[in-house]
Amino acid sequence: MSQSDRAEKVRHLVDGAVAGDVRSVSRLISLVENEASGYEEAYSMFYGRTGKAKVIGITGPPGGGKSTLVDKLASKLRQLGNRVGVIAVDPTSPFTGGAVLGDRVRMQRHNADPGVFIRSMGTRGHLGGLSRGTAAAVDVLDAAGYDYVLVETVGVGQSEIEISSLSDLVVLLNVPGLGDEIQIIKAGIMEIGDVFVVNKMDRPGADRTKAELEYALDLGHELPRRPKVLMTNAETSEGVAELVAEIDDYYGWLRDSGILEKRRAKHAELVVTRMLADRLMKRLGSEGEDGELAGELYVCVSRRLLTPYEAAERIFKRIIEKGAI
Amino acid sequence: MKDRIKETTGRWYKEVYEKSVADPRRKERRENFESGSGIPIKPLYTPVDLEGKDYEEQLGFPGEFPFTRGVQPTMYRGRFWTMRQYAGFASAEESNKRYKMLLGSGQTGLSVAFDLPTQIGYDSDNELSAGEVGKVGVAIDSLADMETLFDGIPLDKVSTSMTINAPAAVLLAMYIAVGEKHGVSSKELDGTIQNDLLKEYAARGTYIYPPQPSMRLITDIFAYCKDNVPKWNTISISGYHIREAGSTAVQEVAFTLADGIAYVEAAIKAGLDVDDFAPRLSFFFNSHNDFLEEIAKFRAARRLWAKIMKDRFGAKNPRSLMLRFHTQTGGCTLTAQQPDNNVVRVTLQALAAVLGGTQSLHTNSRDEALALPTEDSVRIALRTQQIIAYESGVCDTVDPLAGSYYLESLCDKIEEQAADYIKRIDEIGGAVRAIEQGFIQREIEDSAYKYQMSIESGDRTVVGLNKFQIKETAPKGLLKVDEAVGRAQCEKIKAVKARRDNAAVKAALKDLETAAKGTDNLMPPILAAVKQYATLGEICDVMRDVFGEYKPTGM
Amino acid sequence: MDRKIRVLVAKPGLDGHDRGAKVVARALRDAGMEVIYTGLRQTPEQIVSAAIQEDVDCVALSILSGAHNHLFPKVVDLLKEKGADDVLVVGGGVIPDEDIPGLVAKGVAAVFTPGTPTTKTAEYIRENIKRK
Repeated sequence: MSQSDRAEKVRHLVDGAVAGDVRSVSRLISLVENEASGYEEAYSMFYGRTGKAKVIGITGPPGGGKSTLVDKLASKLRQLGNRVGVIAVDPTSPFTGGAVLGDRVRMQRHNADPGVFIRSMGTRGHLGGLSRGTAAAVDVLDAAGYDYVLVETVGVGQSEIEISSLSDLVVLLNVPGLGDEIQIIKAGIMEIGDVFVVNKMDRPGADRTKAELEYALDLGHELPRRPKVLMTNAETSEGVAELVAEIDDYYGWLRDSGILEKRRAKHAELVVTRMLADRLMKRLGSEGEDGELAGELYVCVSRRLLTPYEAAERIFKRIIEKGAI
Repeated sequence: MKDRIKETTGRWYKEVYEKSVADPRRKERRENFESGSGIPIKPLYTPVDLEGKDYEEQLGFPGEFPFTRGVQPTMYRGRFWTMRQYAGFASAEESNKRYKMLLGSGQTGLSVAFDLPTQIGYDSDNELSAGEVGKVGVAIDSLADMETLFDGIPLDKVSTSMTINAPAAVLLAMYIAVGEKHGVSSKELDGTIQNDLLKEYAARGTYIYPPQPSMRLITDIFAYCKDNVPKWNTISISGYHIREAGSTAVQEVAFTLADGIAYVEAAIKAGLDVDDFAPRLSFFFNSHNDFLEEIAKFRAARRLWAKIMKDRFGAKNPRSLMLRFHTQTGGCTLTAQQPDNNVVRVTLQALAAVLGGTQSLHTNSRDEALALPTEDSVRIALRTQQIIAYESGVCDTVDPLAGSYYLESLCDKIEEQAADYIKRIDEIGGAVRAIEQGFIQREIEDSAYKYQMSIESGDRTVVGLNKFQIKETAPKGLLKVDEAVGRAQCEKIKAVKARRDNAAVKAALKDLETAAKGTDNLMPPILAAVKQYATLGEICDVMRDVFGEYKPTGM
Repeated sequence: MDRKIRVLVAKPGLDGHDRGAKVVARALRDAGMEVIYTGLRQTPEQIVSAAIQEDVDCVALSILSGAHNHLFPKVVDLLKEKGADDVLVVGGGVIPDEDIPGLVAKGVAAVFTPGTPTTKTAEYIRENIKRK
């Protein structure tokens, strides 16, 4: 395919997506997720349209009812006249590279509704738990005019931290009686929540879980406005309307106080610096003479012949020698 | 004496066995032998394996606690098990003909298969029913169909088992109403409804409502039948489908009994006395390929349930302690390849069920991996049971395999491992919670995947499938359900709706709605609506609106 | 970047026997694919809508109730209607041999009957997806 044909095709896809054509949105997500040929051009075509969607991250322990809650949040947001995008992230098997993405099971009734777009994604071996594709998919849905983009990830390992690096606002979900009294009061995790939810409020121990979260928040929170702890029962929709109201309210405050803008700048920094690192490594190349050189340097570090700093410095010099960055 | 056996067994292993297997010509077929549930199997079992087990405690006598040897004192010396072939397809007329053929061939009870729309509470004219009407069973939309289904069948003489769960109350009400029309009082009716919703969530998938209202419907049926349909088995707690979904024998016992515990707890919570309903609980198991493990499984399940009812629930009535069960041979063991081989599989599985002391039995037909069975195939399946009963001689003494060192040891292991599972489920908060969290589903899925992989790797041999294959031509003469059944059924609904008293139907449905929103027993308003020829879909929809619908967990 | 094959595993119709569908889903995962599982009782409309939003290469349908002649072609037709006829549609379950030619004529690429090794299904999908 010639350069201009490709650009034409990408243009067509972006135009379709921006106009809200579901199939174009879906294919554009694949294009950027796979970093397939033309994804950078596509990005420059639609990126100017992004920034309008409210990106809400939702995370919590497995079995906490996240998918059901996201399903109900989407319904409520629809009732209020919003278009809703959902990205449900499940882990990719590190052994086979495959994944079974099953969150959609609980959201299938939205399939008849053109105002809801649901996409399942695997983490695809990305260390942080969220693939780079997740952020790109958020951007596509944003450009396609979805008012809210809900990003759901399972809170194990690093993904709950990672989710704050692409969300405007994070909802931290917990449930009573999953063994550990409060699973999410772990170092660094309380800090990322803007709204706390105790789901399955009909279960014994719900009040206690709420009290413990309140106590932990009383002890300290990062932002000047103390996050609230809400109770929901996603199965029956109880508390979901209140949750939407609180999300909107907190979101408004984040925006008005200028924190949202700072957050987004921070996210941009993260994205750009990561891309920069990728590019530098790509420039060095993993094969050929330079790849070998780097490989030897790693061995030297492991044998304590060089410090990691010295090795990094040498690689950096080598990249510079190869030409302007 | 025990010490001497220990010594001599040890000697045999060391001096005879080990020497023998060291000889390359006598090397064993595999490195490890294990049962279908993964229980390791030793080369030899001796009295050493039963050391410390007290005969009276572990086995006892037939008809007495812990019922390991059977629930009746005479077992098949009295009468054989009920030969009950699950059947039903297409229309009520067609199924009625099949029932009469089966009763005429010496079958002793009916077992009604309903089509999927009926099982999920949709009328045949519902959009979602398209393509499904009459396919896996008979389509029942209103009392009119039920009248046709049992036309000319003496309801005071046959016992009828109905595989119906979410709308069990409605179909039971229809049966009661047909009985009345035949002049048979509900007090005389004998039969079973499956009515086991927990295994629907975990394994079979024909649920409608969420667990809480489902449990209410179930306990409402218990309470209603205690006074009004006293001979009815109000639930058939089913491991069959759990096994079909891929569980092991141990999991089948564990998850079924865990479900049973949940029902007993719910009924007690609803204010019933355990001895008032427990005698009407019945069970339903699968009989799979691993012959000896299956026999051990049935015996272990009986013993474990008796202990649970006695120790955990304090049941006093001996009938409350008895695990009575129906068996169906394992549908998932049938192969589409060389289907006649299935007759042999079914024979072995049926024999295991009989040696395990089943109360009733369905034997699968050889062509069921391909389609619904033809009349010829069904007859062979029934004859298989009759040959075991009348010719094999295994029915002439009670529990003939008791005392086998291997079998008893296997029985102990299954009981032990199932009890461990039940403990884990208790820790999660019971079967309902374990299903909501997907624990039981995941355990079953894991086993199913392992089983499939063992076949694909060749570690497990399935004759005709991954070994001893032949070139085959497509089988002929399979039963096909005419697509016209769906259209005819829709016409019937129209006719019923035109001739019934629609104002009375509306009022009856309104009463049902009020009861559903409150706490009154749901059976009386359902029965009233059924008698007015309200359709199954109309009745189920009223409850759908009040109770909501169940949403499954992911994977 | 290596493109992942994405497959939607769905159960149209009313039957609740999802053992086969789940085993296949896992097997495809183990073959390195991304499998979107949609659960029981999916209407053709729901399946097609999910297939489009998920931008899958293949839709794998499983049915044991006998409603395949009605439901499989409906999925194929709806995909076509939505301009997604580059999605490979395969089916499995208790399906009589005599029904297979009819299903194939209506656009179902392949039908896998009981006893088919999951590796064969995975291989077929890998080799036959229309978008490379």
